[in-house]
Amino acid sequence: MSAENDVRTLTIDEQEVSARPGQTILEVARENGINIPTLCHLDGLSDVGACRLCLVEIKGSNKLLPACVATVQEGMEVSTDTERLRRHRRTILELLFAERNHVCSVCVSNGHCELQAMAQEQGLTHVRLPYRYAKFDVDASHDRFTADHNRCILCLRCVRACAEIEGAHVWDVMGRGIDCLVITDLHEQWGNSTCTRCGKCVQVCPTGALFEKSKIGTERPKDPQFLPYLNLMREAQ
Amino acid sequence: MTIEELEQIAQSVRQENAKYDYEVNVCMDLACASQGSGKLKEELEKSAADSGKRILVRRTGCMGPCSHGPLVRIDPEERLYEHVPPAKAQRIVDSLGGAPIAELQCDLNEHFESQVRVVLENAGYIDPEKMDDYIARDGYKALLTVLLEMTPGGVIHRITESGLRGRGGGGYPTGLKWGTVAKAAGGVKYVVCNGDEGDPGAFMDRSVMEGDPHRVLEGMAIAAYAVGASKGFIYVRAEYPIAVSRLTTALREARRRGLLGNNIANTPFSFDVEIRLGAGAFVCGEETALIASIEGKRGTPRTRPPYPASSGLWGKPTLINNVETFANIAPIVRNGGKWFHDMGSERSKGTKVFALTGKIANTGLVEVPMGIKLREIIEKIGGGVPEGHTFKAVQTGGPSGGCIPAEMLDVGVSYDALLKMGSIMGSGGMIVMDDSSCMVNVARFFVEFCMTESCGKCIPCRAGTAQMHTLLTRISNGTGTLEDLELLEDLCVTVKEASLCGLGQTAPNPVLSTLKYFRNEYIEHIVNKRCPAGVCGMEAAAEVLA
Repeated sequence: MSAENDVRTLTIDEQEVSARPGQTILEVARENGINIPTLCHLDGLSDVGACRLCLVEIKGSNKLLPACVATVQEGMEVSTDTERLRRHRRTILELLFAERNHVCSVCVSNGHCELQAMAQEQGLTHVRLPYRYAKFDVDASHDRFTADHNRCILCLRCVRACAEIEGAHVWDVMGRGIDCLVITDLHEQWGNSTCTRCGKCVQVCPTGALFEKSKIGTERPKDPQFLPYLNLMREAQ
Repeated sequence: MTIEELEQIAQSVRQENAKYDYEVNVCMDLACASQGSGKLKEELEKSAADSGKRILVRRTGCMGPCSHGPLVRIDPEERLYEHVPPAKAQRIVDSLGGAPIAELQCDLNEHFESQVRVVLENAGYIDPEKMDDYIARDGYKALLTVLLEMTPGGVIHRITESGLRGRGGGGYPTGLKWGTVAKAAGGVKYVVCNGDEGDPGAFMDRSVMEGDPHRVLEGMAIAAYAVGASKGFIYVRAEYPIAVSRLTTALREARRRGLLGNNIANTPFSFDVEIRLGAGAFVCGEETALIASIEGKRGTPRTRPPYPASSGLWGKPTLINNVETFANIAPIVRNGGKWFHDMGSERSKGTKVFALTGKIANTGLVEVPMGIKLREIIEKIGGGVPEGHTFKAVQTGGPSGGCIPAEMLDVGVSYDALLKMGSIMGSGGMIVMDDSSCMVNVARFFVEFCMTESCGKCIPCRAGTAQMHTLLTRISNGTGTLEDLELLEDLCVTVKEASLCGLGQTAPNPVLSTLKYFRNEYIEHIVNKRCPAGVCGMEAAAEVLA
């Protein structure tokens, strides 16, 4: 059998599916209409496996695997929606809500926020953990965009979009642990940075951390769907 | 360099040493040096020169029982003197050939009796900056034997046969790892030595790198031959400046002698090593973060697979082993796999170096066969908890390890047994705690360490450890509730199971193990607002009550 015809078969949530070698569990699941929650993953960007929401159980292993980077194996039996996974997902979302200030009612992304939607999807009704009431600065120095770090969930989509798609690598991370902060250049103000003003980071940001001044609101949600098309066009060139 | 030349060097060192009637070895490792062993050595040299006796004064690496420093050992009598002040140098020189000095004598027979020294076999016997000293004690013999007589497959077989498991903490079989890298496709491969020892209270790797640097280089060169690599990196934390300078000297000497570089021993095998300094991040001890750091990127781990064995440094197959693992290689090659396999317990072979610290009489470095009972390490080798206090727990494996209570001390030390008890082997830190330690406070200390050392990449570790710290702080200041405790346990499970790398996955261990064995202390703090050990101030509770 040639490499192109090489096929893997596996089951995801007891549904038999087929896949090409090297495909991730997430890809195959979504192709087959099986939903696995994700926050840091975005079609068109490289995967980092950081949000841990896409963890799945594999039969015969006690370890949980991130579906966005774990590749399919022949005969694998994947469960994406067990009680254990649901509990972890809720706790992870609680951790996010308690980490910084996610006050939906006063947020530009209210109603079309991926974090908010995820919480609803996972049935998160309240947060048991003590809120940390983060006090980060808001960077409004850019003439078109604003960065409110208090709403950032450190998914690093902006960092990846800027480096991988725009090729500018203006965004990066500073600090460690709970003090991590996405920064522009070497912690310059966004407005004084080498930003190319393309706005991709704003479109891929899942929350209201990065937003377009006076534009993005309920009437104009963000649209990160352009990335796969952009990549396709680039490959075609 | 040939084996004959190596033998000639060893011979000339022995001849040189034979000119002296006495060898005065002064421990110049950090603990002893900080207590004035540098001045002591100067005084000894002065007195020795004036005495007219034929005396060789030698600086050495760590002799082991640091709490008894500065240490001096007189050979050939093997007299050990403890707490030697520089003023006693003249007395020591005068007493050579006569009766030992009673008040300086160090009676640690019990301490040394149960130890078996493989990794530390040269510690206290060689000058770390003299390559010839190392060669005189069979150094580089293993490398030349391997290059001239063995196939790479043969070397891997010998390591596999020995049953050696990774000494960095994970305990992955070393032979299997070498075999995987050897089989990986590609012409360029790397060998990386992990010297980023970051556990609080652990200093085994520092001591090996400072006291016997050539041993690490030899192990790396043998590994490179076995897996087909020609370039190596030693990743050392910048907080170890002496280790860096000793390794730099060792590298220069080894290159000069032709034991590193192109066509070693006139064979087609070439290998050289570069030193890379870490910038003080604990997480860089995790292999994928370490690789990112060597590549010049932010030191954050990535998900595995792919494992470094197939895609590591710059995407090439990479062998990563810890300092102590590499330090075991030369003796295994020299003495055979079976010799090593005969030591230790059923599934953990050989010996392990531990750094004993905390509330114990003989703090310092010890090397014991695997399978030895914890009680023997603590009571016999460590000399037990100082008088007036009773033993409470021993913490193994650093911040990611667990606390083991008194009733479990008769368990033999091995990777699997420690894991079963809720702790880990880790790199080999062992912190002994007595009844003056509060277990809630201990757990809080280690969680705080993990919180500040978390890289911030994945949510469970970044936000989870911070929340655990908040809850533990509440409990220890008297404002904790039983709901907080329940929440804490819940969080521990998620952080343990959902974190990306080993740091997060093991961060809850101190909490889980203290909850398992010392739950009543948590309850005392929460319900009765009282810290049994009297460590926690319970400030907040006191305010409320007032």
